[in-house]
Amino acid sequence: MIDRTIRINKSWSWRSFFFQWEWLLVLIFIAVNVVNTTLSPYYLNVDTFLQMPMTFLDKAFLVLPMTMVIILGNIDISVGSTVALSAVVMAVAYNAGLPMPLAVVLCLCVATVCGLINGLLMTRFKELSAVIVTLATMIIYRGIAYVILLDQASGKFPNWYSFLGWGSVGPVPLVVIVFAVCAVGFGLLLHKTSFGRRLYAMGNNATAARYSGVKNDSIIIVVSVLTGLMAGFTALFLTSRMGSTRPNVAQGYELDVIAMVVLGGVSTAGGKGRIAGPLLAIFIIGFLNYGLGLVNVQAQVLLIIVGLLLIVSVLILNVRFRGKHRSLAPTTVKSDTAGERPGGTVS
Amino acid sequence: MRKVFIKVALIVAIMAVVLPVALFATGTSEKGGTAAGAKYAIVFKNTGNPYGDKQMGGFKAGIEEQGFQAILQAPAQPTAEAQIQIIESLISQKVASICIVGNDFDALQPVLLKAKQAGIKVFSLDSAVNPASRLTHVNQADSAKIGSTLVEAAYDMTGGAGDIAILSATSQASNQNLWIDYMKKDLADPKYKYLNLVKIAYGDDLRDKSVSEAEALLQSYPNLKCIIAPTTVGIAAAGKVLTDKGLVGKVFLTGLGLPSEMATYIENGVCPYMFLWNPIDVGYLGAFTATALVKGTITGAVGDKFHAGRLGEYTITKAADGGTEILLGPPFKFDKTNIADWKTVY
Amino acid sequence: MRRSSSFSESFREVGLLVFIVLLCVVFQLRNHNFLTISNIRDMLADTAILGILSVGMMMVILTRGIDLSIGSTIALSGMVSALTVIAFPHISPLLSLLEGMLVGLAAGALIGLLVARFNVLPIIATLGFMNIIRGVTYLVSKGEWVSAYQMSDGFKSLATGSFLGVGNLIIIAVVIFIAFYYFINHMRVGRQIYAVGSNPEAADISGIPRRRVIWLVYAIMGILAGLAGVLWVAKFASAQGDTATGYELSVIAAAVLGGVSISGGSGKVSGLILGTILLGILNNALPLIHISPFWQQAIQGFVILAAVLTNVVVKRNNQRIALRRRAI
Repeated sequence: MIDRTIRINKSWSWRSFFFQWEWLLVLIFIAVNVVNTTLSPYYLNVDTFLQMPMTFLDKAFLVLPMTMVIILGNIDISVGSTVALSAVVMAVAYNAGLPMPLAVVLCLCVATVCGLINGLLMTRFKELSAVIVTLATMIIYRGIAYVILLDQASGKFPNWYSFLGWGSVGPVPLVVIVFAVCAVGFGLLLHKTSFGRRLYAMGNNATAARYSGVKNDSIIIVVSVLTGLMAGFTALFLTSRMGSTRPNVAQGYELDVIAMVVLGGVSTAGGKGRIAGPLLAIFIIGFLNYGLGLVNVQAQVLLIIVGLLLIVSVLILNVRFRGKHRSLAPTTVKSDTAGERPGGTVS
Repeated sequence: MRKVFIKVALIVAIMAVVLPVALFATGTSEKGGTAAGAKYAIVFKNTGNPYGDKQMGGFKAGIEEQGFQAILQAPAQPTAEAQIQIIESLISQKVASICIVGNDFDALQPVLLKAKQAGIKVFSLDSAVNPASRLTHVNQADSAKIGSTLVEAAYDMTGGAGDIAILSATSQASNQNLWIDYMKKDLADPKYKYLNLVKIAYGDDLRDKSVSEAEALLQSYPNLKCIIAPTTVGIAAAGKVLTDKGLVGKVFLTGLGLPSEMATYIENGVCPYMFLWNPIDVGYLGAFTATALVKGTITGAVGDKFHAGRLGEYTITKAADGGTEILLGPPFKFDKTNIADWKTVY
Repeated sequence: MRRSSSFSESFREVGLLVFIVLLCVVFQLRNHNFLTISNIRDMLADTAILGILSVGMMMVILTRGIDLSIGSTIALSGMVSALTVIAFPHISPLLSLLEGMLVGLAAGALIGLLVARFNVLPIIATLGFMNIIRGVTYLVSKGEWVSAYQMSDGFKSLATGSFLGVGNLIIIAVVIFIAFYYFINHMRVGRQIYAVGSNPEAADISGIPRRRVIWLVYAIMGILAGLAGVLWVAKFASAQGDTATGYELSVIAAAVLGGVSISGGSGKVSGLILGTILLGILNNALPLIHISPFWQQAIQGFVILAAVLTNVVVKRNNQRIALRRRAI
């Protein structure tokens, strides 16, 4: 915030460059890989780094728009249900006779519409917070999926469809390629376009942004639509990996995605964060899970480790920022969020 | 400089925490590279499930009895996606065989086919996966027999006439749905024509939801005579509700339940008797199935025979879903006479 | 200056109240057994635990925070107290309650420390602890469950017993609500919670011990979650490692439905009670109204959406009336 801006305007120093969250994540990523290699001989090979990301990249599509959502200061917990609904609709439509390419398009459309509905609800009823809107739609979308498919599974897709989730172009899995393209797209959108700047402005101070001419409503709708679209991608790749779908797929995805985004340094208060952080976080968590899984760490221990990782990483950064403002003495004015305070201290 | 030092120190701290914990959790045997013997893996539905732990324990005992190494794995969430990740990891570890207790009938097919292509022998246990994904299936009891045994129990408890309801787990659970289908088929028989199935409720294997559904059944159907709950969480929840409402002797309960969970309700009479099988034996049988498949003694085809340690000889038979299966035996009945012995076992 | 205000203006969540009444009417029409004494008693007992937790969550949300770890805290405290009962079968049930609350307090205090002292964002701290505490629960229980026969009757009667004809759970919940109402409206620290959430910087300058208040809020949430854990395990007579997974979402829903603003600083106890009751009604009534179980989830979602939209529409109406009244 104010603190940070001043630092950047000062002469560029090595220290300020490397003391950023994203570099810390790089260090953690390296540490994770070192740990994994020590633990298991099966870890360090080309397969791991190229093929294995297939297992977690389907979730990663959601991290990209979720970064935008959280920069806005909102949250979206309905993404898992959107994935389920669009996957179910696609499967049912295909099995009812729709040609597969059209079913794929239908899946993306349904997902986008779900996102659009979220956006419309949030902009038409501003009194409602994003939490309650997406909570309601989370339940509704998955509920509709149950109504459509009941207790059945639906699948039996054509053979070429499994290429999406399992296939590779040369040595690189298709999923990695598509994800890389989307990541670059989102990165450009966020950091190099005026849309991105407006997004940050809205996240920092929505009222000021509005009065500066930023169309808040359209931004929220665009971001919601993008979230829906990416959920559609996730649905495509997840369904391809499983070969079938049920109404209960992708349960719990929303918390995993949010964890990856906040680990990536995007503040839920809004207005802060870069796309690089969540990207690194995706791979950190993915590789950590895989590496520890190779030595058959029990699931409960894995839970603890991931939880500790999240907290320790944040603590490291906060240790740096904590600096001078330490005492709890009530008579001293302290501020750890803003920079200089007008009026000085009161004792 | 101090801050750099703090950062480095904290990163070392992360590693210092992760390494020992991971080592502690797995034992140092994994560090040696290719282990002395082949590795046999079992993947259960979720962690923290004592039934699953007993099953995996039986599997481990069977594998180690034959001199090999067992890997026991279960995801934190009972989802297919989580099991896919575990199976991928097992493929990377080049295990000899994977015994899967499936969270989903179809969704594991692609990853299990990948395992097959890598030369790993894949078979399912307890909760089946589709025939294309597996070589064979170890079934604890004949599904049709489970259905008919439960219907017969309801008939017996209610005196032949009355409303009955089924309290199941999730609507997606394939083994539940299979048993329920067999129950419905049996109920069409003229012998049971005075037994009226009023509702199939889904408790999702969640304690609080199962309680709500059980309470709703009692509220909506005042003439309810018997609840059949073929799921361990559901039957225990229904037992609690019936006990709390003082309906002993008025509404009966039966189904499939853990002896430890149901001990109180069998002893107080709410549940005159119920059924299950010994999960330790199921796992043990799975262990011998795994080694038999790897050795080539059996291929998973109907008619193959193999020896399963202390359990004796087994023959592979045709399964209802189109694949093949190995049956452990008939379901085991728990009632007041034997519950005290079994409640501490599992 | 006194100003006479209409009922709908002073009662902010009147839209929600009207909605709940309508819902009850609809449900009663579908199943005449809905509004019976026994069903209402079941419903209140089932909602009591949700109510206890929503009190804590409201305080957390008031300070602009969130607590995603309570499901895991419930599991841990329930498991620990159940395991203690196995080891010491004659332990007084009240001591078990205390033990559970202490476990919860430990968890809450740690989280509060992270949020208040180390400025970790609440969502990160509680997300991390959600995993950690759940993992610890599995490790502590070694994968085993504690079953009904291992629990003493005294322990189980914590939830099933009754006093003067009213169930224990309901009594505990009501007492907590009354204490909470008094605390948040008439005690200094309670009012300070509103201040801290409303405008942290202003609260700081006014001399309110912001960090202490924030820590306190998480500690109280922890204590309540610990209490809820013991009650949960006593109610269902079973302690599992995966107890209450995902339950935090229901608690947050109850609070937010009741009009507690997620951006902090605003929310009333009356709204909270309504939000909790609505959720309790849904959980109780959906299995009763003779619909296909596959429709239950969709209907629950639609009802929640309709409830919040109704509330918004009524509020807007009120504001318009108030504006008109002020026009000269």
